[in-house]
Amino acid sequence: MSVSVRVAQRLETLPESSAIALRIRADNYFDTIRGILDSFALNKGLDSIYVTSTIPSQSIVNALEVLEIDLEKIYFVDCVSQFMMDASSKHENAIYVESPTMLENVMLKVEYLIRKTIDRNDLVILDSINSLAIHNSTKILSEFLHMFVNNLRSKNAYAIIFSMEEYESDEIRNIMNLVCDETISAAEV
Amino acid sequence: MAEETIAGGSKRDRCITGIDALDNILDGGIPRGNTVLVTGSVGTGKTTLCMEFLVHGALDAENCLFISVTESCDKLMNNIIPYEFFDEKLIKQGRLVFIDMPVIYAQLGLEELEFEMEEVDVLVDALSDIVTELQTKRLVIDSITSVCYRLRTQEKIREFILKLGAVLSAQGCTSLLVSEISPAEERYSLFGVEEAIADGIVFMGNLERRGDLLRTLQVVKMRGTMHSRAKYVLDLTHCGVLLVPLLKGGSVAGGV
Repeated sequence: MSVSVRVAQRLETLPESSAIALRIRADNYFDTIRGILDSFALNKGLDSIYVTSTIPSQSIVNALEVLEIDLEKIYFVDCVSQFMMDASSKHENAIYVESPTMLENVMLKVEYLIRKTIDRNDLVILDSINSLAIHNSTKILSEFLHMFVNNLRSKNAYAIIFSMEEYESDEIRNIMNLVCDETISAAEV
Repeated sequence: MAEETIAGGSKRDRCITGIDALDNILDGGIPRGNTVLVTGSVGTGKTTLCMEFLVHGALDAENCLFISVTESCDKLMNNIIPYEFFDEKLIKQGRLVFIDMPVIYAQLGLEELEFEMEEVDVLVDALSDIVTELQTKRLVIDSITSVCYRLRTQEKIREFILKLGAVLSAQGCTSLLVSEISPAEERYSLFGVEEAIADGIVFMGNLERRGDLLRTLQVVKMRGTMHSRAKYVLDLTHCGVLLVPLLKGGSVAGGV
C-alpha cells in the first residue's frame, strides 16, 4: 500500500477538528501531500488551505497538476514567493504573506479563507514548522502555533502541521507535542 | 435593554459593530450612545474600520451617516474596499447617507477659517438637526481633527465635542470621530482635548518589527463596558476588518 493511501486512512480514524503533527521525509513529501489532499480531504468533503513557508505555492501547484489533483477546493497562503521577490505567475487560489516572519498575517489570511469557504469545513496544512523555525524564534513560534491550532479547533477545522524529520530539533518536537493531539510519522503508518 | 452581568452590575445596551473580533474585544459592542475617538496615523485603516461599522449598521436596518470633512464623498466611495456584504441598495434606501462637511459649512455661512464660540453652537445644532431628521443611529465624522483645526483653542474644541457628544447620546446615536495624529505622537489626539472627552478611544497604529510593518488596533478606553486593552494585528479584507492578537514574543519597544 502506498504512503498516500496509508496516510489518508490514518487521518480518517481521527476525530473532527484534530490537530496533527505529521512527520515526513523529503522522499515521501509529495506522496504524503497527495494522501492528504486527494484522498482524505476529498472523501471528507473538506476545503483545503495550504500554508506554505517551504517552497512557493506555484511549485506545489505544478506538482499537484502533474499528480492530476483537482485544485478547485485547494487554497494557498504563500509566505515564500513575495519574500523571495518571485516574479513567476500567481495562482488564482493563492494569497500572499510578505514574509514568514509575519505570523499574525498568516493567521489573518487563513481566517479570511475560512470565511470565504464558509459552506464547507476546512483542512489547514502548515508546511512546515521547520521552515518557519528558520525565520522565527522558538518563543514566538510556540505562541503562534498555540494560537493557530486553538483557533482552528474552535472552527472545527483539521490542522495538519508538517515537520521534516531530517530537520527536527528537540525544541520543535516539544512544541508539536504540546499543541497537537496526535503525532503521525508518514514513513511508519 | 440593560441586562444583568455575572458581576452583579447591569450591562448597557450595545451597538454591535459587526466586526466580530472588535465586538469580542468590547464584550459585545460599543455601549450605545458612546462617542468614540478612532485615532491613528495615515494608512492605519481608520476610515475603513468606520465605514464597515456603518455598513453593518445599515444592513441591520439602522440609519447611518458618514460626514466627510477632508475629502469628497464621491472620491471616498471610489476608494472604498468592495465589501462582499455591501449592498448599493443601502444608499438608495437612505440607510447609508454621505454628506460633505464643507456643504454644511456653506449652508450655515461658516466661511471664516476660525470659528467663534457662537459658531460652535451653530455647528453642533446643525449636526444635531441632521441626526434628528435622518433618525441616525450611527455617525462617523472623518475627521474631527479637521473640524478642530477651525476651532483652534482647547476651550472651543472641548465645548464642541462635549455638546456634540451630549446631543448624539441623547438621541441614542453611537458615533465614531476619526482623529489624525502623526506616527511619532505620544498622545491620542492632536489637540489633547478630544481624547479626554471621548467615551472611548480606539487606537490604530503601525508596528514595525524586524522590518515588517503590521497594522495594529488597541482599545485604550471605553466607558460602559469591560474590554480588552491588548494590541491586535488587523487586516483589511473584502470580508471586512479581521483581527488577531499580537504575538507578544515579537513585541519591541519603539513601535507606535
